[in-house]
Amino acid sequence: MRSDTGTEIAFRRHLEETLLPPLVAIVVAMVVGDILILSYGQSPATVYRLLIDGTWGNAYGFGQVIYKATTLTCTGLAFALAARAGLFNVGAEGQLAMGGFAAALAGLALPVGTPMVVAAPICAIAAMIAGGATAAVPGVLRAKFGASEVIVTIMLNFVVLALLNYTVTAHLHVPETLHTPEMHAGTVGRLSDSFASFHGSAANWTLIAAIVAALGLWYFLFRSKGGYELRAVGLQPDAAEYGGVSVSGVMMRAMAWSGALAGLGGINFVLGYKGYYEEGFAAGSGFLGIAVALVGRNHPIGILFAALLFATLSQGGLAVNALVPKQLVDILQAVVILAVATAVPEVQRQLRAAAASVARTAAVNGFKTKAKS
Amino acid sequence: MSVLGFLLQTIRIAIPYLLAAAGGVMSERVGIIALGLEGLMLSGAFGAAIGSYYGGNAWMGLLGAVVAGFIITCILAVATLRFKANQVVVGVAINLLVVGATRFYLRLAFDSASNSPRVPGFGGEGGGMFASFSNPLVYDGLVALPALAWLLNRTPFGLRARAVGEKPEAVATVGVGVTMLRFKGLVLSGTLAALGGAYLALDQHQFTDGMTAGRGFIALAAVIFGRWEPVRVGIACLLFAAAETLQIQLQGAQLVPSQFVEMIPYVLTIIALAGVVGRSVPPVALGKAE
Repeated sequence: MRSDTGTEIAFRRHLEETLLPPLVAIVVAMVVGDILILSYGQSPATVYRLLIDGTWGNAYGFGQVIYKATTLTCTGLAFALAARAGLFNVGAEGQLAMGGFAAALAGLALPVGTPMVVAAPICAIAAMIAGGATAAVPGVLRAKFGASEVIVTIMLNFVVLALLNYTVTAHLHVPETLHTPEMHAGTVGRLSDSFASFHGSAANWTLIAAIVAALGLWYFLFRSKGGYELRAVGLQPDAAEYGGVSVSGVMMRAMAWSGALAGLGGINFVLGYKGYYEEGFAAGSGFLGIAVALVGRNHPIGILFAALLFATLSQGGLAVNALVPKQLVDILQAVVILAVATAVPEVQRQLRAAAASVARTAAVNGFKTKAKS
Repeated sequence: MSVLGFLLQTIRIAIPYLLAAAGGVMSERVGIIALGLEGLMLSGAFGAAIGSYYGGNAWMGLLGAVVAGFIITCILAVATLRFKANQVVVGVAINLLVVGATRFYLRLAFDSASNSPRVPGFGGEGGGMFASFSNPLVYDGLVALPALAWLLNRTPFGLRARAVGEKPEAVATVGVGVTMLRFKGLVLSGTLAALGGAYLALDQHQFTDGMTAGRGFIALAAVIFGRWEPVRVGIACLLFAAAETLQIQLQGAQLVPSQFVEMIPYVLTIIALAGVVGRSVPPVALGKAE
């Protein structure tokens, strides 16, 4: 009985700690949004209604939300996996671009007419390997030399993007464009092929890969020994090492898999949308992945919802552009990140203080009861 | 191109790096990761354009840059110092915030999605080799890092600031307010970075969307490559700028693809962090504002 209430309280506290910061952040963002919209001389209610109508209100808008959420899910999962191991992968931007590039190359290398069920997985695996290899560099440098993975991943973004830019513009591009030739095989159908109402939207079946990745990451993190070790390293590396976990090994693996997840995001654009790699397709999606992971509290299921939220904002910006500059949503996205980042430690402090005061009262009451008897 | 021309162009390119990197050193030495340099620079560039446009001269532009940098610094400081939010996340958010905010207000103020109208800068309209040198920021940039070296190594504020970045508990023990000291460091850092951005806007006589184009990250690279020592950092800035100048001047020759020159600062920084040539060791309390 007693232990039941104990777990119940712990569970409720855990729930509060998890859900409060994103909720606070959304409220803060809406208030900031109101102020900005009013400063532009528009009515917040009208703008927000337009935002919802343009995204969840019709099949095309919703399809675009799904399309954007697919990439954001992958980059969000990438950040979360590394974060669970106590590492910051700020390089999803470059890893995503590498993944998309590798997928496009794989699709070019395959013979024409390779069936989709064979070609698409090959391209996806190529994307994961490329993204993983890119992120393995900071992983190894961190584990072996103690080099800050934050700085190395950021710097590597620029190196990778410059390398890709060189490779594409100097060797692989179709003349007069910034993209590679069309793939021979590996493209995946759009949702609109099966559901006509999605017509025109870029949503496609690589969506399934993102969902599988989320479920797979959930299983790995919370149901496998490797995931347990990874989380242990993230929470208390010294204790994990003492418990027989190879901290440096976990770090390297976490970074590599994190990059693989980011790289996987590249197939959404390459296999599902265009059928080729194009310069700049990853711009912004890597950094927004950090926001997605933050709001999703580094939990795969939370990340699916957070990706939908940020995709809605991105797409919604286009919907309201006639009334207010679409950059309004860029500001709101940044506000959400700042608000979650500040609310997380604050909520933890508040809950800890509350728990301490409950414990103190209980102790005092216990003492009083004892004194009476 | 003459040697003099090469030197002058190197300095011209180096000024924003020098100013922003000075800001980066200040921030990191008090223990706050300087990931927001890019955003601070961009806010400074925008503030300069606004100030110069509405104030009618470049000095008002400088004022505008400092104000814009201060506003962003306050957001950064409240998040990291008051709420102890994760500094990496806050840095990333600051960069996104400034990109969005400058675009939003670009449309609000100038009804344009890409650039401001022409704004007054320093000096005359004509080009010429020395055109940029009528800009006082050139001299600010050149003295920023030596002055910072003096501030950090020769003044009580500098001693405390360095101590806060290495062992904040010790500073708190002797009765010095850690948070206030960090805030002062951040304000100085934000001002310097914003002036770096202002240089760009006033030099080009307008603000264009995303005009800092990664310079904040090059400045951050210089901070790390220069091992957080102001004078070394200054040399790193000049080195990166010289490579860029060389690339611009050799563009016709097509010896090395420009993308490879672009990579130089980042690759050097990664190598430095890996400890291949002399280990880079950051301030001990960097990123741990508890």
